[in-house]
Amino acid sequence: MVKVTIDNIDVEVEEGTTILNAARKIGGKIVPPAMCYYSKLAGSGGKCRTCLVKVTQGSDKDPRPMPKLVASCSTPVQNGMIVQNITSPEVLETRKAIVEFLLLNHPLDCPVCDQAGECDLQDLSYNHGSSLTRTEEPRRTFEMIDVGSKIKLHMNRCILCYRCVYTADQITDKRVHGVLERGDRCEIGTYIKNVIDNDFSGNIIDVCPVGALTDMTFRFKSRVWFTNPYDAHRACPKCSGKVVIWLSGNKILRVTGRKDEYGEVEEFICNECRFDKKEMSDWIVEKPRKIKRNSVISQNHYELINKYGSHG
Amino acid sequence: MSIKILFENIDVDGIDSFEVYRKLGGYNSVEKALKNMSPEDIVEEVKKSGLRGRGGAGFPTGMKWSFIDKAPGKSHYLIYNADESEPGTFKDRHLMQYNPHLLIEGLILSCYAIRSNTSYIYIRGELMYVMRILEKAIEEAYANGFLGKNILGTDFSLDIYCHPGAAAYICGEETGLIESLEGKRGNPRLKPPFPALNGLFGFPTIINNVETLATVPWIINNGGEQYAKIGIGKSTGTKLISACGHINKPGVYEIELGLSVEEFIYSDEYCGGIKNGKKLKAVVAGGSSVPILPAELILKTAKGEPRLLSYESLSEGGFETGTMLGSGGFIVMDEDTSIVKNLLTFTRFYRHESCGQCSPCREGTAWMEKILNRIVEGKGNEKDIDLLMDIANNIEGNTICPLGDAAAWPVQSAIKHFRDEFLIKPEIV
Amino acid sequence: MKFMEPKVSFSEETLKLSEKIISHYPEGRQKSALIPILHLAQAEFGGWLSVEAMDYVAGLLKLKPIEIYEVATFYTMYNLKPTGKCVIEVCRTGPCWLMGAEKIIEHLEKKLGIKAGETTTDGKFTLKVTECLAACGNSPVIQIGEKYYVNMDVEKADNLIQNLNEGMRV
Ligand SMILES: Cc1cc2nc3c(=O)[nH]c(=O)nc-3n(C[C@H](O)[C@H](O)[C@H](O)COP(=O)(O)O)c2cc1C
Ligand code: SF4
Ligand code: SF4
Ligand code: FES
Ligand code: FES
Repeated sequence: MVKVTIDNIDVEVEEGTTILNAARKIGGKIVPPAMCYYSKLAGSGGKCRTCLVKVTQGSDKDPRPMPKLVASCSTPVQNGMIVQNITSPEVLETRKAIVEFLLLNHPLDCPVCDQAGECDLQDLSYNHGSSLTRTEEPRRTFEMIDVGSKIKLHMNRCILCYRCVYTADQITDKRVHGVLERGDRCEIGTYIKNVIDNDFSGNIIDVCPVGALTDMTFRFKSRVWFTNPYDAHRACPKCSGKVVIWLSGNKILRVTGRKDEYGEVEEFICNECRFDKKEMSDWIVEKPRKIKRNSVISQNHYELINKYGSHG
Repeated sequence: MSIKILFENIDVDGIDSFEVYRKLGGYNSVEKALKNMSPEDIVEEVKKSGLRGRGGAGFPTGMKWSFIDKAPGKSHYLIYNADESEPGTFKDRHLMQYNPHLLIEGLILSCYAIRSNTSYIYIRGELMYVMRILEKAIEEAYANGFLGKNILGTDFSLDIYCHPGAAAYICGEETGLIESLEGKRGNPRLKPPFPALNGLFGFPTIINNVETLATVPWIINNGGEQYAKIGIGKSTGTKLISACGHINKPGVYEIELGLSVEEFIYSDEYCGGIKNGKKLKAVVAGGSSVPILPAELILKTAKGEPRLLSYESLSEGGFETGTMLGSGGFIVMDEDTSIVKNLLTFTRFYRHESCGQCSPCREGTAWMEKILNRIVEGKGNEKDIDLLMDIANNIEGNTICPLGDAAAWPVQSAIKHFRDEFLIKPEIV
Repeated sequence: MKFMEPKVSFSEETLKLSEKIISHYPEGRQKSALIPILHLAQAEFGGWLSVEAMDYVAGLLKLKPIEIYEVATFYTMYNLKPTGKCVIEVCRTGPCWLMGAEKIIEHLEKKLGIKAGETTTDGKFTLKVTECLAACGNSPVIQIGEKYYVNMDVEKADNLIQNLNEGMRV
C-alpha cells in the first residue's frame, strides 16, 4: 500500500492505483471529473484532459513537483505523493479552458437532446465552465446517422472520448465503428453504411458521456427528469439481467445499465434486455434507483432552457 | 574549413555504393566494435562523447541507451526515426539520399550496443525514392556480411527493414511512430510506460534520429573523448543545419556546434547572406515549432552576447528572449516577410497534423487557425490577439504529446515579438 | 456456403511482395504490414483505395475492415476518392510559402480550372496542396508520384504541367 495526499486528505491505496482512483476512494468534491476514462475499459483515458491535476510532490523518494499538470486518470500514485485538485487555482483555471475546448464545436442543443439531464458534459460545463463563449467561428456539423435500427449517432455532440470504440473492441467481437480521419476532422463512424449489430453493441450508448449515441427505441420521448428509474432484473441467458428501467407511469420508456456515481455502468447488459424487453411483465422490479450524480436535474435549469430555448 | 564528421565523404562520387564507401574506410567501426568491444563499451564511448539526440529534444544518447530494459531473452528493438517532417528540416533526407551506408553503419553499432537483433527504419511515405536508395544499400550490406546472421563471424545477428509511413507528421513522435509501425493510427501513447521499457510490440525499444546514429561510427573510430573536444560546452560535436528561406545559399550544412549565428547567416561558407541584399527580419532557428526570434535577438542574446548555434546559447533567455536548437531547421525571413501569414501556414500545419486525440490540441489548433485567417484577411482586432495568446497558453503543457506545445510556441512567440504586425491591414492587391 | 470472389485482388507479383513485407514482422503482428500494403494496393488499384480494395487488404491481413478504414483515413497519402491520372501536390508550408508557393497554387488552379483538392473534368489532373516535404532548401517544391520537382516558380510549374499534359495520351 502507498500513501497519497489529495487536496490535504490522506488515503492509502494499492501500488499502481491512479490518482483518479485514489481520489474516488476518498470521494466527494475532490474527485476530478473524467470524461474519457472508464475503469472497465482497458486503454481508456488520457484524452479529454478534464481530469488534469497538479502534483506538488512526486513522492517521498523524489519530492520534486511534476513540471506540468498530469492526467489523474492515467498517472499512477507514488508513496508520499501530494496532489492538488480543487485546492489549486491553476487546475481549476485549466479545467475551465478544457471545458471551453470541449464545447467549442458542441452544438449546445441540450433542449432537444435525449441526454439532457444526464449528460456528463452538461454537468461538467455547469460545474467547471465559464458562462461566456469566446468563439464566433462556425461549428463543425455532421449529418446524423442511424447505425442500425436501434442506435442513432449525432456526431455533432461527440467529444471523441473513444469509449464507444473501446467498448465495441473489448466487449463485442465484431467492431464495425471507429475513429475516422485525423485532427479536427476526426469523427466516429463506420465509413461505409454499416450496422452496429451484435449482442452487446447497445452498451456503447451507456458509455457515451454525451448525447452522441442514443437509443432509438427510447419510447414516447420524454425528458429523463420526468421519468422514474427503478432497479430491475430478469433471468437473462446472455447477461446478468440487472438493469435500470425508466418508467413513465407504468410504461417502460427505456432500459439501461446500472450506473454508479461516476457514470460508469456496473455491468454491461445485452441488447435483448436493452432494446426488446419493454413490458413490465418482462421484469422483476426491485426498488427506485437513486441517481447519485451531481446532476443538474434538480436545479430546474433545463426546464427553463426547455421553455425558452427549445425548438423541438 | 571546419571539421566534417557526417559530411566528410558526402561529395565523393559513388559514395552511395558499398564498394566506394568501404574503400574509404566505411564499416571499419563495425569491425572494431564487434571484434574488440562489448556492447557496454559502446554505450560508454557514446556517453563520453556527450552526443545528444538530433531529432529535436537533445536528450543524451548514451544515457537513453542505458535506460533500456536489457533482460535477456526479451526482444529489443531499435527504431531509426526517418520521419523527418518538421517544416524547415531536411537534413536527414539529405544524409540518407547521399550517404546511405553511413546510416547503416551507425545502426549496426547502435543495435549491438543495446543488443537488438531487429531494427526498423521508419521513413516518411513521401520519401519512397529515398527508401529505395536505403533498401539497395541494405541489400549490399547483407551481401557483404555486415547484416544478417553472425555478422563478421561473431554471434551478433541483425536484420534491418525499411518501413514507410504515409504522410503524418505525428508519426515522428516516438510513440505515434510505434503505433504506426504496428499498423495503427499514429496516436501517441500515454507515458509512462516509456518505450525503453514497453515499446514496439510491448518490448523494450529505443528510437533515435537518423543524424544521431550516423554520428556513432565516428565516435567508435575516434573515441568519445575526441568527439567531446569538438563543439562548445555541453553541445559537443557537429550538427547538421538545414537552412532555407530568404538566403543566398539554402542547403544542409555541417557546422561545429558553437558557430555564431551571424557567421552562419552571412559567411559565404554557409548561407551567404540575405537574398537580394535585403535586411534580415526574423529567424525560426530549429524547425517550425521553436519560437521565432527577431533579427536583433537571433544575432545577439538579450545580454548582448553573440548568439551561437548550440543548445545552450539558442535557449539563452528562455522563451522570453531565446529559442531552441530543435531539429536544426533554420528558416530565414527578410524584411518584406509577413510574420503573421507565415505563422498562419505553421498553425495550419499543426492543425492538419494533430492526431486529434486530445481536446486542447484538436480543438485549439483549429480555433487558432480560424482566428489567424480572420486576422490575415484584415478582420482581426486587439481582442483576437489576446484570445489567440490565451488559446496557445491553454494548449501548452496540457496535451498528451509535445505537438500541442509545438503548435503553441510559434503563436506565443510571434505575438510576443511582432504584436504590432497582427493588426496591419493587408495590402490591397 | 456461397463463395464470394473478392472484386479486386493483387497480381501474383504484388502478392509475393506483400508476403515478403509481412515476413518483416513477428508472427501474429501482420497488422504492422498494413501501411506498406495499402501503398501497394493504392498503386495497383488505380491510385486510390476503394472500399473493395480496403476490404481485400483486410482479408489479406486477417483484420476487421474498420481497422483498415481507420488507418486509411488517418494518413494523408491515401486517396479515398478516384484521382486524375496525374496527381500534382504542391507544398504550402512556411518555407515553401516564403518562396512563393501560394502564387504557384493560384496559377495552377487557374490553369487547370479547378480548386486544390479537385480533379479536372478530363480526368487528367488532380491538384492537391500538401504540407512540408522535407525539401525546403529547394523550395517551392512540387511532388508528382515519387518524384520531387524543386526550385519551382510559376513559369517552371506551368511548363511542367504543359509537358505532362502533352505526354499524356487519353
Ligand atoms: C510531433 C513530433 C514530431 C517529431 N518528429 C520527429 C521526426 O520527424 N524525426 C525525428 O528524428 N524526431 C522527431 N521527433 C522527436 C522524437 O519524438 C524523438 O525525440 C527522437 O526521434 C529521438 O531521437 P534522438 O534522441 O536521436 O533525437 C518528433 C517529436 C514530436 C513531438
Ligand atoms: S460517440 Fe460518445 S462514446 Fe463514442 S467517442 Fe463520441 S462521445 Fe465518446
Ligand atoms: S497533443 Fe495533439 S498530436 Fe499529441 S496526442 Fe494530443 S491531439 Fe494528438
Ligand atoms: S478522464 Fe483523464 S483525460 Fe479524460
Ligand atoms: S515547406 Fe515545402 S518542402 Fe518544406
